[in-house]
Amino acid sequence: MVVLTNPPEERLVFMEQYVVLKKRDFNDFIAAVTREQKVFAPVAKGHNQYAFEEVTSGNQIAIDYIPTILPPKKYFMPQYETIATYDTFNGQNMESVMEYEDMVLFGVHTCDLAGIQCLNIVFSQQPKDTNYLMRKNKILIIGYECNSYCDEYASCRLVYNHLPNGGYDLFFTNLENGSFIIHINTLIGEELVKKIKIFKEADDSDLQTLEDLRERKRKIFAKNEVPIEHEKIPELFDKVYDSKIWNELDKRCVACGNCTNVCPTCYCFDVIDEPNLDLKTGRRYRRWDSCQNEEFAKVAGGESFRSERGARQRHRYYRKFSYSIEKFSRFFCTGCGRCSRTCMAGIDLKETLTKLVEEQDMKNPDAGYRG
Amino acid sequence: MKTLKRKDSEYEIKKGRIFRTKEITDLEKLFEIVLPGGENLNHEPGQFVMVSLLGVGEAPFSVSSSPTKLGSFELVVRNVGKLTNAINRLKAGDEVGIRGPFGNGFPVHILDGSDLLFVAGGIGIVPLHSLINYAIDNRRDFGKVSILLGCNRPEDMLFSDELDEWTKRLDINFECTVDRADSGWKGNIGLITSLIPGINLIPERTFAFVVGPPIMYKFVVAKLLEKEIPERQILISLERHMKCGLGKCGHCQINGIYCCQEGPVFSYDKIKDMRESI
Repeated sequence: MVVLTNPPEERLVFMEQYVVLKKRDFNDFIAAVTREQKVFAPVAKGHNQYAFEEVTSGNQIAIDYIPTILPPKKYFMPQYETIATYDTFNGQNMESVMEYEDMVLFGVHTCDLAGIQCLNIVFSQQPKDTNYLMRKNKILIIGYECNSYCDEYASCRLVYNHLPNGGYDLFFTNLENGSFIIHINTLIGEELVKKIKIFKEADDSDLQTLEDLRERKRKIFAKNEVPIEHEKIPELFDKVYDSKIWNELDKRCVACGNCTNVCPTCYCFDVIDEPNLDLKTGRRYRRWDSCQNEEFAKVAGGESFRSERGARQRHRYYRKFSYSIEKFSRFFCTGCGRCSRTCMAGIDLKETLTKLVEEQDMKNPDAGYRG
Repeated sequence: MKTLKRKDSEYEIKKGRIFRTKEITDLEKLFEIVLPGGENLNHEPGQFVMVSLLGVGEAPFSVSSSPTKLGSFELVVRNVGKLTNAINRLKAGDEVGIRGPFGNGFPVHILDGSDLLFVAGGIGIVPLHSLINYAIDNRRDFGKVSILLGCNRPEDMLFSDELDEWTKRLDINFECTVDRADSGWKGNIGLITSLIPGINLIPERTFAFVVGPPIMYKFVVAKLLEKEIPERQILISLERHMKCGLGKCGHCQINGIYCCQEGPVFSYDKIKDMRESI
């Protein structure tokens, strides 16, 4: 039996969990945080591209940004992660290590918060990945709400990630009246707020402004970006394994692996040994890998189990919308739109899903927000 | 970036000391490995270990010895790539890194009183060798034991000393065939599927164990189903690439499942509808 993530309902609001920060105090806030901890936040890179980077002042932060090139996954599951060092001068001697950084991650959108939750689930399933689990607790997460769509690639409504579903210590919403309202979700978040004495307690009118903003958002995100109901997606994928849509993707995909690299929930990796110049010592590290490369599923005899690009694209889609439901009862697509934004061949997630829906005639144009 | 030294990581290796090696063909070499303090590997037939040579890499290998063999275990390594080439140059006294055992092996605990039919293609005899020897060491617990082996050429046969012994034993029915051979070969010539119709078996009490190159499974399973062996009593070990053995790295994924966790041994009824499995 498949259990789906509940849509974000209206939540009971407790006033003491909210504080307010004047926009003009934002730089002072970031400056105060950087005195405590390294801060990483979205930074504009030009050409409408953004990246999470270390910042030392609020001026560097692109507060209104579209999803960064790489998701914040890169801090939780680094692209290159040393897992051991070794010395073979006298036998097979290896020492396991865990690399980490104490940091504050500011400005994480709700789609990326969902992505981090997916990674948490994967790496806490037995057998646990203890390096990941230790590292994630070194990162204080400050979320940031999108008040409307970032661009036409996003499909956050489809997977119910347009509103916050937890996964943060603090969560900023721009009330568009010269203030941010901040939800305090954890004790760690509360301690940071108390240490930096720059906030005021939220009053009834602040909370009303937040409610009004959420109400406006419900209208903006009223309809699924793909003409199918959220609950029907697993059923759709039960039917489309042999769809000709995968053959179309086969002809277009160039197997570059960009889609999996930028995906906030793709976690596949390779393990590689890198010797030092003495050839006796070195390190063993993990590196992001991609199921879109043919080598990925090849065995020693040369047999390949997903030799076609279409089969590999299908595998990617099934990992987001079907296998993850069976295994973890949630979608592993966060709706961030990065795979579509980055694809050199113009493969678009919304378009692929729409074609699958149309092919199966499961269209439901009336699917509207129910909450 | 800060670095914390760890003692209990999932990627920690045990030092395996090579006690004995034996060249068994031009390509394959057998290694008998002892863990620190003579600790037993404590594996089930059909499970695998991750073998490391630090600086070269790590890969999965089936354990070829039976768990009834205590104090050491055996691997057979075919030289096909960088790591296996480096491993096959090792000699007695050298060390390898060992993690595991991993995965689900053959369900030995439910086989008591059943007839066992082994179908091995080429190097598939290596993982089956563990279960065959387990059955031989506990011979009284099982009904009929039949072993069918198919190889490319006579000189590709592994464990030839043991094959001779299996041929002589009255409590084992052993048959083999080769795809091609010169005139000196007196045995069967043909595919392994040609041996199955001639086997006399009682389907409901027979468990079949099939390991071989991926191409072999469809054809062998079809023949076994013709013999009316129930689908859940046909057990198959699937070969996949693996980097972690922990159900994370994604390389061994077949549809929704991770072969390293839920396999490598599956009953046919579990995988028949899994599209990328065989």
